[in-house]
Amino acid sequence: MLRILHDTKVDFIRRWRTAAALLVIFILPAVVLIPLQGFKYSIEFTGGTLMQVIFNQAPGIANVRAALAGAGLDGVEISTFGSTRELIMRAQEEEQVAQQAGGAETVASRVRAALTQRFGKDSFNVIRTEAVGPKVGAELRRQAFVALLIAFALTLVYLAWRFEGRFAIAAVLATVHDVIATLAFMKYMNLEVSVFVVGAILTVVGYSMNDKVVVFDRARENLKKGGRSSLYDLLNRSVNETLPRTVMTGSTTLACLLALLIFGGEVIRPFAWVLIFGIVIGTFSSVYVAAPLLLLIENRWPRRAGEANIKGKPHVPLEGVKRTATKEPASVR
Amino acid sequence: MSLRNRLIIIGALIALSIWALFPRSVTERVRDPQTGAMKDTTLRRVPLKKGLDLAGGIHLALEVDESKQAVGDKTEAIDRALKVIRTRIDEFGVSEPVVQKVGTQRIIVELPGIDDPARAEALVKKSAFLQFQITDETRALDKALPRIDAILRERGIGREKAALGDTARSSAISQLFAGADTSKKPGGDSTAKSDTAGVDTSLFATATEGPFSQLLRQGQMAGEYVVERKDKSTIESYLKFPEVQAALPPGKVLRWGSEEDGDAALAFRTLYVLDARPIITGESLIDAQPNATPADGNIVQFELNRAGGTKFRRETARHIGDNMAIVLDDMVTGQPPVIQSTIGAKGQITMKGKPLQAAQDLALVLRAGALPVPLKVVEIRTIGPSLGEDAIRQGISAGLLGVALVILIMLVYYRFSGFLAVCGLVFYGLTTLAILAGFGAALTLPGLAGFVLSIGMAVDANFLIFERIREELVSGKTVRRAIDEGFDHAWSAIVDTHVTTALTAAILHQFGTGPVQGFAVALLAGLAASMVSAIFVVRTLFLLWLHRSRSAQPLSI
Repeated sequence: MLRILHDTKVDFIRRWRTAAALLVIFILPAVVLIPLQGFKYSIEFTGGTLMQVIFNQAPGIANVRAALAGAGLDGVEISTFGSTRELIMRAQEEEQVAQQAGGAETVASRVRAALTQRFGKDSFNVIRTEAVGPKVGAELRRQAFVALLIAFALTLVYLAWRFEGRFAIAAVLATVHDVIATLAFMKYMNLEVSVFVVGAILTVVGYSMNDKVVVFDRARENLKKGGRSSLYDLLNRSVNETLPRTVMTGSTTLACLLALLIFGGEVIRPFAWVLIFGIVIGTFSSVYVAAPLLLLIENRWPRRAGEANIKGKPHVPLEGVKRTATKEPASVR
Repeated sequence: MSLRNRLIIIGALIALSIWALFPRSVTERVRDPQTGAMKDTTLRRVPLKKGLDLAGGIHLALEVDESKQAVGDKTEAIDRALKVIRTRIDEFGVSEPVVQKVGTQRIIVELPGIDDPARAEALVKKSAFLQFQITDETRALDKALPRIDAILRERGIGREKAALGDTARSSAISQLFAGADTSKKPGGDSTAKSDTAGVDTSLFATATEGPFSQLLRQGQMAGEYVVERKDKSTIESYLKFPEVQAALPPGKVLRWGSEEDGDAALAFRTLYVLDARPIITGESLIDAQPNATPADGNIVQFELNRAGGTKFRRETARHIGDNMAIVLDDMVTGQPPVIQSTIGAKGQITMKGKPLQAAQDLALVLRAGALPVPLKVVEIRTIGPSLGEDAIRQGISAGLLGVALVILIMLVYYRFSGFLAVCGLVFYGLTTLAILAGFGAALTLPGLAGFVLSIGMAVDANFLIFERIREELVSGKTVRRAIDEGFDHAWSAIVDTHVTTALTAAILHQFGTGPVQGFAVALLAGLAASMVSAIFVVRTLFLLWLHRSRSAQPLSI
C-alpha cells in the first residue's frame, strides 16, 4: 500500500508564531496597497463597455486610439488579446459610464461607427461586446459583498449547529483569513475583480471551510473518545491523522485547476489563479491557523466546569490549555 | 439494505440518467432562409443546452425607461412587458431563448446563436403602439403659426436668425423639394403638381417671417410639412416651451415621419399634423402578416377584430378622400395613404420599397402586441460564435485533462480500490450531466469549470473514506469491518463538507447573473451526484467485492 505522510507526529500548533509571521508579511503590503489603489474592477462592476474586435490586418493600437479619439471617445483602454489583430477596448471611466445611463449600448455603437469610418466596414469583426449601465454595476458590487457576508453567516450557523460555537468561530475566522490572503494575492497579481472571480472567492470559502470541517470533525471524534490527552495534543493529533487526506485532496484539486489554468483559455485563467491560490492557502490555514485559533479561543474564554462540551458531553478540564497559556514549549509525543 | 436492493437502485439511477441524456426529438422554430417565414423543425439531439458563451449569442438586460415619463407600478408593467417580449422572441426564431424576470424590475433576454445585436435589440425594445390617425385638413397649424412665432420672439429667439433668411438657401430648398416631388410621383398628374408648387411658393413668402414658421415648408398634402434634417432638433426644442404647447391647435398632434428624404447633403424630415384622436389603435388588431405583392411590393396585411372592424368601417366612411397616417410608436410610417373607400376589418400597410424582413418584423411586433412601457437596455453582451467554438475546445480539453489526472492519481495511489472509486466517478459524471439536462440548465464555460472543480470534491469524499479504511486496517481490523468503519466514520465529514460547499454554491446561484449561475448550478449538481457516488455507489461496489471474494482476501487499497 502506497502511503504518503502516514502516521506523522508533527507538532503543527507549536509553529503557529512562524505561520502567523509569514502571513503578516504576506498580507501587510496588501493591507496598505488595497485602500490606496483599490482593485481593478471588471466592466460588470464599474459599468462601461468592453469590445473585442478582430481585424483582418493588425491595425496598430495607436491608429485605433486615434480613430476613437476622433469620435470623442477618450480614455479608452486598448490592449491586444492573443494576436496583434485582436484587440480589446475598455471604456470604463466614469464619464463614459455616465453616458450609458440612458441605455447601455450607446458607447458600443459609437466605437463601432468610429472603427467603420477609419478602417472600413469589412475590415474588422466585433466578436464580443459587453455593455453595462452604471446602475447595474453599482448594484452588483453591493450584491457581491452581501453574498460573501451571507455565505459566512450561513456556514457559521451550520457549523455551530453541527459542532458548537467555538469550532464554528475558529473555522469561520480561519476562512476569513483565507479570503483576505486571497484578496492580497489578487492585488499582487493585479487580477481583475470580475463576477467570475467573486465566484472563485466564494468557492474558496466553501473549499476552505471543507478542510477545516474535516480536521474539526476528527477532533470532535477524538474528543468523544475521551482519554487523558490535552486539547493541544488532541488537535495536533487530529491534524496529523487527517494530513494524508488534506494533502491528497489539495493536490488532486490543484491538478484539475492546473489543467484549467493551462488549457482553459483566457476567460477562465483569472478564475483558475484565484482558486489555485485559495486552495493552497486554505490547506495551509487548516493546518496552521484553524487549530491554533481554536486553542486560542479555548484559552481566552475557558469553559466553566460542567458547561456542555461537544454535543452535550460534560466538560472535562483540559490541561493542555494551561500549558500553552504559560507559553512552555509543548512536548512532541 | 441488501446488496441486491443496492444494485437495483444504482441500476435504476443509471437508467434514469441515460434516459435523461438520450437524444430526443426537439421542436424548434426557425426562420426558413429562403422564404423568411417561421416554421417548426424537428431534430434529434442530446437534451443538453449550450449556454450563450458556448453557442454565441446575445444577452440583454432591460429596465423600464423613466427618462420621458414616470411609471407608477413598475412591477406590474414589467410583468406585462415580459409577456409581450416572450411572444415576440418566440416568433423571432431563436432556438431556446431565455426571457425571464430578475428581481422585480429587470428582464433578462438571452438569444443563443443570434449575432445581430441591433436587430434583436430593436425587436425587444420596440413598443409598437399602432394608431391610425387622420391628417389635418383644416390648416390648423398654419393658423397657429403667427402666434407661435410671436411667442418665440418674446423669448428673444429668432431675431438674429430672421436676419439670416437668405434667399439662396431658400431657393435651393424649393428646387430640391420640387425634385423630391417628381421622384415621388413618377408620371403623376402634372396639373396637380403645379398646383402644389404654387402652394409652396405662396407659403414661402409668409413662412420666412417668424423663427418657427421659417423652418417649415408646406408638403404635398394638407397637414404635411417638410423640414431640413438639421432643423429637427431646433423645432423639437421650440415645441417643448409650455407657451408654444398651449398655442398649438387644439385636438391636433404633431408627429414626425419615420424616414428621411433628399440626399446626404440636404436631407429632409417630414412633420405631420394629425387629429389627436386615433380612429383605431393596435388594440383592435388580431393578426398581421407580411406579404410580397407585384403591385405594392412588400406589404403587411392586417386584420381587426369585430368591434375594431365596425369602428374602422364607420370612420373610414366618414373620411373618404382624407389621408390616414399609420402611426407606430408616435412616428408616421410611410406617407399617409388616401382612404380610397370604406375599409372594413381587413387592410394593408405598404412598406414602400423596404426589404421583406422589415415587413416581417413589423408584422411580428404588431401581432405580439405593444409594450406597456418603454424599456431601456441596461446591459448587453454579445458573444460571437467563433469565440464560443474556441471556448468549447479549450473547456473540453481542460476538462478531459483534469479527469485523466484524477483517474491516474486514484489508480496509482489506491490500486483496486482506486479503480472502484473511478467507477464511482463515471457514475458521478453521468448523473451530474443528467441532473443538468433534467433541470434544463445550460452548459456554460463557467459551468464546465464548476464541473471540473466538483470532480475534485467528488474524489475528496473517496480520500476521506479510503484513508479511514486504511487506518482501520492498520489498527488490526478485518477487511469487512474496516470497510464498514471507514464508511461510517467518514460519513459525517462528507456530509458537512458537501453541505458547506452547497451553501456557498446556493448563494452564488441566488445573487449571480448568467455565467456565475451556470457555475453554481453545475457545482450543485456535482455535489449531489458526488454524495450519492461516494457514500452509496462506491460502498456498494465494495460490498459486491466482499460478496465475491473469499473470506480472508486482502484488500488492495
